[in-house]
Amino acid sequence: MTLETVVFWPVALALLAASLGVVLTPNLFHAVLCLAGALVATAVVFLLLDAAFLFAVQLLLYAGGVVTVLVFAIMLTERLIGERIAQTNRHVLNGAVVAVALFVGVAGFVVRNGSLSGVPAPADRTIDIARAIVGPFAATFELLGVLMLAALLGAIYFARAED
Amino acid sequence: MTPGLRAYLILAALVFAIGFFGVLTRRNAIGILLGIELMLNAVNINLVAFARFQADLAGLIFTLFVIAITVAEVGVGLAIVIAIFRVRRTVDADHLNLLRG
Repeated sequence: MTLETVVFWPVALALLAASLGVVLTPNLFHAVLCLAGALVATAVVFLLLDAAFLFAVQLLLYAGGVVTVLVFAIMLTERLIGERIAQTNRHVLNGAVVAVALFVGVAGFVVRNGSLSGVPAPADRTIDIARAIVGPFAATFELLGVLMLAALLGAIYFARAED
Repeated sequence: MTPGLRAYLILAALVFAIGFFGVLTRRNAIGILLGIELMLNAVNINLVAFARFQADLAGLIFTLFVIAITVAEVGVGLAIVIAIFRVRRTVDADHLNLLRG
């Protein structure tokens, strides 16, 4: 339990710093790099929460796949136009006010709710996840396959070359 | 002190608010997608934290589903952004007012 205490706060700080970098850096490419850092920090948080399988999935799918695709999209949209796209934010003050209000609302509920003090059950649940996916959640799992196929076809259709 | 369930929930709420700020203020459509990614990550942290502290397996399963759906969403979203860029030569959300009446 001491390891969790030692690791949690630096990881939380790194996650928050990387998240702020995602929304505040003027360069979109740097924002994607910050997003990669935030995703890796999230994966470490999963590891702290005894979800080793989700740690691996997060690193493979997010930090590996999504970031690569995002970098490709930025390269395409920036290089085709031949100039650097302006990245200034707009309505920063209004956005900050709304975001802070959202956080205060959620955090106020979390702090005041007394029933949020469950005891941690430290165990590696990977085998349980596997059994649940092919057991009670089998239909959802298959539907997810259909969704992925539809998304694949849709992405190919939208991004195809003009005839 | 040992971080409890509340610490994880507050962390997730902070990341969610930051992502929401990004969605509200970014001009570039890809920047807005980055903000949505942050918000989905915050929700995943919530789900995993509840799964551990309430000893409920459904949180872990739902996190897997959310990750898979997010990957599909990013694929389709970026394809739409590239298609819009081909037609309008911009990905600035302020200039994409094609559907305005």
